[in-house]
Amino acid sequence: MSLLQVEGLSIHFGGVKAVDNISFTVEPGEVFTIVGPNGAGKSTIFNLISRLYEPTAGRIVFDGRDITRLPAHDIAGIGIARTFQNIELFDHSSVLQNLLIGRHSRRRTRWYEDMLFLPKVRRAEREDRRIVEEVIDFLELAAYRDKLIAGLPYGVRKLVEIARALSSEPKLILLDEPASGLSVEETIDMAWWIEDMQKDLGLTVLMVEHDMSLVSRVSTRVLAVAEGKALALGTSAEVQADPRVIEAYLGKQENHE
Amino acid sequence: MRVIFKNSYDNDINLFEDRVHLLKYAVLLLAALVMPWVISAFYVGELTSVLIWSLAGLGLMLIAGHTGQVSLGHAAFMAIGAFSHLALMLRGWPFVPALIASGVITGLAGALIARPLGRMSGIYLAIATLALSIIIEDVAIVATPITGGIAGLFAPPIEFFGLMIDRYGTPRAFYYLCLTVLIIVTLGYANLLRSPTGRSFLAVRDSEVSARALGVNVPRAKTVSFALSCAITGLAGALYAHQAQAVNYESFLVLISITLLLQVVVGGLGSMHGAFFGAFVVVLLPQTISMARSFINTNTPFNLGAYPGMDTAVFALIILLMIIYEPRGIYGIWIRLRTWLELFPLYRKGMFRRTRTYLKTERMR
Repeated sequence: MSLLQVEGLSIHFGGVKAVDNISFTVEPGEVFTIVGPNGAGKSTIFNLISRLYEPTAGRIVFDGRDITRLPAHDIAGIGIARTFQNIELFDHSSVLQNLLIGRHSRRRTRWYEDMLFLPKVRRAEREDRRIVEEVIDFLELAAYRDKLIAGLPYGVRKLVEIARALSSEPKLILLDEPASGLSVEETIDMAWWIEDMQKDLGLTVLMVEHDMSLVSRVSTRVLAVAEGKALALGTSAEVQADPRVIEAYLGKQENHE
Repeated sequence: MRVIFKNSYDNDINLFEDRVHLLKYAVLLLAALVMPWVISAFYVGELTSVLIWSLAGLGLMLIAGHTGQVSLGHAAFMAIGAFSHLALMLRGWPFVPALIASGVITGLAGALIARPLGRMSGIYLAIATLALSIIIEDVAIVATPITGGIAGLFAPPIEFFGLMIDRYGTPRAFYYLCLTVLIIVTLGYANLLRSPTGRSFLAVRDSEVSARALGVNVPRAKTVSFALSCAITGLAGALYAHQAQAVNYESFLVLISITLLLQVVVGGLGSMHGAFFGAFVVVLLPQTISMARSFINTNTPFNLGAYPGMDTAVFALIILLMIIYEPRGIYGIWIRLRTWLELFPLYRKGMFRRTRTYLKTERMR
């Protein structure tokens, strides 16, 4: 059974059809990439899946459960974590604190228990820290553990955001342009991390990315979108060879006599 | 320079990171306990004011500093706390239950108001809370059975296990009472900050969209934060009523709300220390200015008595300079001073230079 099913998903902002009747499925354990020119609606699809936007039509099914009407703050709890295109970290907190906030969807204590710091709060806190330390180990962030986000290089922030998503122990992770703004070397590292997440942690990855070297290296399947519509679905090579995709990126070839 | 060797998760969970840290606060507590026996009764009163304003500042710090929602109306919650506390005491409730009840009542009032307020942000939230502060003045006059109308209410003496506590009769006892309440609230606050609830507040402050994506129910977090913030401020209001001996509709004007906000900004937004530092400034600075003024009047040919409003102007100037040169408040200065001492002589000038912040995704509402 597919992990994520998107059926006929549409969202209209006034007259603009940002996403128009898109359907796809993501199988467990695969790296599914959405590519497309700027403004194609890729990030909008992400915001629809993480329920930050209300779809005009269509259905989203995750793990056999219809999540089309689930509130946004319940999405992390069912096992979908995400990163943001322009990094949305908590700048005034340390890396460790950021990852601990990533555990919020797994919290078991209520505010008055926290205020009294009952023994069960301490137990939960130890457990949270154990899992967070595993993530820090996995992504080799130990050197930045207690540093404030505000002072970190851009590439590290990208990684911290992925670490924060991993801290919630997701089944599906949505990566919104993980390689944007990274150098060539950092992009290669990012490809390793994505492969590690898929192979070692058994995660399913849904990704939006422009860097075709990264896309063709890690993706199991690729979906090309343009102007809110699905163009082509297949392996990276198939999609890149598709004439409609080439047209969307480069424009129509004109016949000169 | 101290290096802390961590070998258990509890090292990071505990309130005090090591013995030295604990010792520092033990010394501070000892100083606070000894103080009233060292200084005159007048200064015990001033110090009690500092404690009460610290408590009120902590309340505002929770919502403004740690949850990022500006409130210009916290005097309203001091009023609710003060009036409900006195009303209950005058109906025969003992001090402790009345104090707790006043905190609960103010917290519930805050939770009620937080629902509509939680939908607003920035300037709109500021205006709405400012309106709240203005409305409460009229409510205090209209709700005569509770508030005593225009005349207001007089604070009865506190009876505490056979001990009579009165601000003028037994200033030291009242000081210790305020200190106890402050310490209990401070511990609860510190516990919140080291647990999921406090972290969810920080998440709401720094990025609402990623807080939601991580599973934080943002309206709920705002409501809890606002309610707790109001409850703490309400407790401060109740103690203030005993400190002032009488409260009426003029006790909690908009100016008090603004002073409170200045207090947390000058002290340092986003740190518990800031509320305490700010309280010292707000209570003791006017005092210091007027002392300096009388010193100048008697010892120099200048007569500052001819310039009314000078105190307020100096106060405003200090706050302006503070915001321009040290936006992180006194807490920021304190951190730099501490680092300088710890690293001496290795401190470098640029160590706390603020780094540029990167572009944020356009906020999704």
